[in-house]
Amino acid sequence: MAVKNYILVCGGTACESSKATEIFNALTSEAEAQGVADEVQIVKTGCFGFCEKGPIVKILPEEAFYVQVVPEDAKEIISESIVKGRMVKRLLYVDEKEQNKDGFDIENIKFYQKQVRIVLRNCGFIDPEKIDEYIAREGYAALEKVLFDMSPDDVINELKESGLRGRGGAGFPTWMKWNFSKQVVSDQKYIVCNADEGDPGAYMDRSTLEGDPHSVLEAMTIAGYAVGADKGVIYIRAEYPLAIERLEIAIAQARDYGLLGNDILGSGFNFDFEIRLGAGAFVCGEETALLRSIEGGRGMPTPKPPFPAVEGLWGKPTVINNVETWANIPMIIIKGGEWFRSIGTERSSGTKVFALTGKIANSGLVEVPMGTTLREIVFDIGGGIKDGKAFKAVQTGGPSGGVITSEFLDTPIDFDQLTAIGSMMGSGGMIVMDEDDCIVNITKFYQDFCVDESCGKCAPCRIGTRKLYDILDKISKGKGTHKDLENLEVIGNAMKKAALCGLGQTAPNPILSTLKYFREEYLEHIDQKICKAGKCKDLVQFTIDPEKCIGCTVCARKCPVKCISGERKLPHLIDQAECTKCGECFASCKFGAISKR
Amino acid sequence: MAKMTLEELRKLRDSKKGELDKRDTEGKSIHIIIGMGTCGIAAGAKGSLDAFLDEIEKNKIKNVTVKQTGCMGLCYVEPTVEVKVPGMPDTIYGNVNVETARKIIKEHVLGGKLVDNHIFDRPAADIVKK
Amino acid sequence: MSTVDIKINGRPISVPAGTSILKAAKLAGSKIPTLCYHSDLEPWAACGICVVKIEGNPRMARACSTLVTEGQNYITNDPEIHTIRKTVIELTLADHPQECLTCARNLSCELQRLASEYGIREIPFDRNVKRLPKDESTPSIVLDPSKCIQCGRCAQVCQQLQDVWALEFIGRGEGTRLMPVSGLLLNDSPCIKCGQCSAHCPVGAIYEKDETAQLMDAIMDKSKHVAVQMAPAVRVAIGEAFNMAPGEIVTGKIYAALRRLGVDAVFDTNFSADLTIMEEGSEFVERVVNGKGALPQLTSCCPAWTDYMEKYYPDMIPNFSTAKSPMMMQGAITKTYYAENKGIAPKDIYSVAIMPCTAKKFERIRDENMQSSGVDDVDLVLTTRELARLIKTAGVDFANLEPEECDSPIGAYTGAGTIFGVTGGVMEAAVRSAYYLITKEELADVNIEAVRGMDGVKTGVVDIKGTKVKVAVAHGMANVKAVLDEIRVAKEAGAEPPYHFVEVMACRGGCIAGGGQPYGTEDEVRDQRIAGLYKDDEQSTIRCSHQNPDITKIYADYLEAPLSKKSHHLLHTHYTPRKVYQK
Repeated sequence: MAVKNYILVCGGTACESSKATEIFNALTSEAEAQGVADEVQIVKTGCFGFCEKGPIVKILPEEAFYVQVVPEDAKEIISESIVKGRMVKRLLYVDEKEQNKDGFDIENIKFYQKQVRIVLRNCGFIDPEKIDEYIAREGYAALEKVLFDMSPDDVINELKESGLRGRGGAGFPTWMKWNFSKQVVSDQKYIVCNADEGDPGAYMDRSTLEGDPHSVLEAMTIAGYAVGADKGVIYIRAEYPLAIERLEIAIAQARDYGLLGNDILGSGFNFDFEIRLGAGAFVCGEETALLRSIEGGRGMPTPKPPFPAVEGLWGKPTVINNVETWANIPMIIIKGGEWFRSIGTERSSGTKVFALTGKIANSGLVEVPMGTTLREIVFDIGGGIKDGKAFKAVQTGGPSGGVITSEFLDTPIDFDQLTAIGSMMGSGGMIVMDEDDCIVNITKFYQDFCVDESCGKCAPCRIGTRKLYDILDKISKGKGTHKDLENLEVIGNAMKKAALCGLGQTAPNPILSTLKYFREEYLEHIDQKICKAGKCKDLVQFTIDPEKCIGCTVCARKCPVKCISGERKLPHLIDQAECTKCGECFASCKFGAISKR
Repeated sequence: MAKMTLEELRKLRDSKKGELDKRDTEGKSIHIIIGMGTCGIAAGAKGSLDAFLDEIEKNKIKNVTVKQTGCMGLCYVEPTVEVKVPGMPDTIYGNVNVETARKIIKEHVLGGKLVDNHIFDRPAADIVKK
Repeated sequence: MSTVDIKINGRPISVPAGTSILKAAKLAGSKIPTLCYHSDLEPWAACGICVVKIEGNPRMARACSTLVTEGQNYITNDPEIHTIRKTVIELTLADHPQECLTCARNLSCELQRLASEYGIREIPFDRNVKRLPKDESTPSIVLDPSKCIQCGRCAQVCQQLQDVWALEFIGRGEGTRLMPVSGLLLNDSPCIKCGQCSAHCPVGAIYEKDETAQLMDAIMDKSKHVAVQMAPAVRVAIGEAFNMAPGEIVTGKIYAALRRLGVDAVFDTNFSADLTIMEEGSEFVERVVNGKGALPQLTSCCPAWTDYMEKYYPDMIPNFSTAKSPMMMQGAITKTYYAENKGIAPKDIYSVAIMPCTAKKFERIRDENMQSSGVDDVDLVLTTRELARLIKTAGVDFANLEPEECDSPIGAYTGAGTIFGVTGGVMEAAVRSAYYLITKEELADVNIEAVRGMDGVKTGVVDIKGTKVKVAVAHGMANVKAVLDEIRVAKEAGAEPPYHFVEVMACRGGCIAGGGQPYGTEDEVRDQRIAGLYKDDEQSTIRCSHQNPDITKIYADYLEAPLSKKSHHLLHTHYTPRKVYQK
């Protein structure tokens, strides 16, 4: 008899530790006992996320999603789900708020609604190199609708209704940019896609372009129609060769189909593209610097106003949005601004893609409605902290953002909430830190990045970033003073106000934010000269307890700089002057004789 | 293909949609869809792809198509592969290295059984079809 | 023009639409400190000093680059703004060498002034001064990148005003440098030595090559007869170094001061400006009346311009007037005519030129034609700034000096000679004499208004008794391109040239705003200096070069006639194409 059902038992670390193997065994023997062993296959799977409600068992093809399953449930699962083909209702996951709802509907399982994929709707579904597959999934239906059923004003109104805000960082209302541009009378206008994704740890734009290039092309063409532009420029990092290749294929295919070029679909509207490669300077993600770079100049920001929407590329009105913003647009046109507004929070509608990295069990690209809490992202979707360590904070917004501490785990994440707690959305990098991460060290990392990526034009940023870094470096070496802490704030505040562009204005954010939430940790480095996380090497010391050391010589042999001495069977000694703090000795000692401070 | 008119685009969409739907419901063929974003490729998706093709060739399986797609978002288990076999649930496998790819052909495609320890879940519902 | 009603610190004011906050505040009597801003340039918005608050806006705006908007109230100073500005100055100072005492810009440095105004007594941040080698490759300008504050003015001047592109931003972040393109030495770059970078640098990072010691040595050397000439533009600018108003004519005081320094003879370049008109004017008559030579004729008295032309427009060489610049003519006749008169060997004359220009230091040695006397015709060029320093160190009370007269016979000048220092002046002087040379009649009104003023390109038609002479005047190197391209197009098409005579001066406003003039040159100052030269012209009893009796005499005694063989040997030169990049 053929297999009819599949029982998936989550084998993720968290579920495993809460008896997934026992459940697996119980289910297997129950299936035998109830005589359905041939009809059902029981498999262990990778982590489903949602570990908080683990262990999780899923029945296919019914998609029944059982949570907090214990081995004792095996009998009922087999008898009900497999033998009788019914749900074990008490095990089904129902969101607390919807407990009264009766019946089972996969679409209503809250877990699946934690992620809503608008931007990433086609990623993982279509072959990005085949325009037909994009078209089959409502591709170019939005363009069709715009060209034949909507006026430029209708398009902008739909966008206004949607409440879409720019996903590049600052969250400026997209319709306003378009509208500014539309209102300017000019012989030439441009539509630009900012694909110069530069935040460390952010890669949502790359994935979107690689997985669904047509969505961006379609959106930019729509914008061209709305504001009266016939030329689109995609500014993309040269480090993204696959995305570039797929964009080129997509453009060629769209031209071939007459979805680009002159007289698109016989509408009389013309639009075409050019791809410009960026050399990877972070500052070129800043729109004015990006435009200068396209023009062949040095990527340095210029003062705003004039805003690019009015005076942009080659001095002409230019709508510039980032990849994620663009990818939202076709669905807004197809499903309507009201639909989009129904997702997310009041002032931040729609979804946000986050690149979840760091000390997280399930790193990955997640797209969640605005207003999702950090707890849901980290613990439900991301599967919690790696190796069961304690959550410390999440860094959002990359070098422009700040930290979110555990006290804000339940804050709904949107543009304004993040700003209110001293971080920012940024492009959506989300780096999870655990107890082993040192705040001073991580902040120093970001500052180092800013020192390197400052374009050098404005004094507050060029000099300020360096001064901030130098102070952090001093603190990380135990040479910091209270005056240094004060200077961090003085310089940081001056940069916020006096730096020319977003890069410099936000570069002190990681410092100012961590000074607010982790001041104690800075003070530990300064006053006690300790780094509890053990990340600031100059403050870490490994010592051998002569009482515990039996003289096995393992540490001395492991030491890469040979700074451990001692006779066999006698206590060993570490030469602190030579020690590079690599920690090899600490890891190799079987007797707990080496301590780390 | 010559430049399309509006009518032609609509016709094309309907026919292609039909093809996709057919695949989903009646399922005349087996589909193996490999996540080939930079992340997948970096994690070894090209090797997996070759393994799939090699195994299909060796076993002379005729009704399988292998194609690429973008990133599914499951970065922690790249390379990721979706396998659609008629009569079996659509399955997303993670950590599909060469060895696992061969196993998927033998156990899942030929044997009708899911492969242990590599199944992951699609992270969200499909809004386009809703 | 439409106006907008705004408030500056709560006080209502109406200003023209399109006014920056900085200018509006100035109109309202509130000074906003600046560092990278210069009125000659588009706001670059780099330094971060001019930040102001816009009421109701949490962010600060840069006053230099933000235009006023109707109804806004701009706060130009409060304790928070003061703190931010002070911190930015302190940050800038932390990376600056602070060698004020030995700096070329001591007491004229804009950063030093800010530090003084903000009462900065210590730098609260760790110092981080990067030592970089000086670039002394050109004969004109010294680059000291260690002092550079990356304000960007020099690159903007070089690129926007001069269209030369010798200086550029290189590197990024803290490694950002303003330096010759591709990291070349300045002398190997497209640099034309105009020195506008040095005139615009707010600190001591780019300055004229100081050669004052050479003059002192020559004066000390009893075997040398030190003969000094002074350019037209110097007389209306040097007074500024002694707290006099721009444009004040101090010709006689400079003659007197030079004698106090111990020089042996004082001449005036204005004399040879008149001589230049005779040669260049006669050359023009040859071209336009007798059809000998290419049209239009281009003036050649600006050495930065000739350098630019040889690099960027070598196809225009046939159009260039072969007449040397007044400075080189003066040097040549000093070491021949004057030397013979005085019975001094040319090698024993030390010929010095006081110039508003750094490129003149280069022109002196540009090729072998600059040695028509057999030795260097000009031995030393000092800029106005250098002379001012010498006068100060000599303890001369310049402002109260009794004016003196110039030495004879190569010193007396006409109004036409003096206006050589202003844009349009060479053209005006040439027209005054060309009219006579062509018609043998004097022009009724010698004021040629069409070529005066600050428009970047001025064109007009001069009617010389039926001969319609089309003229164009361009100043500020970037403005030249349009005129030259127009000529090129006509030339390539074999068409009638659009102009007959074109005057070019590399610096905006002409020599009065040359790269060697006193600091603080802006359009307001240019206007005053220009007015000074026109006043000098009007006050002159003789206003046409050909009427200068000493000019008549030198032709009678020595040169025979304009364009004579002797004139050609001493007063004319030729040009060769040069590579834009020397390496």
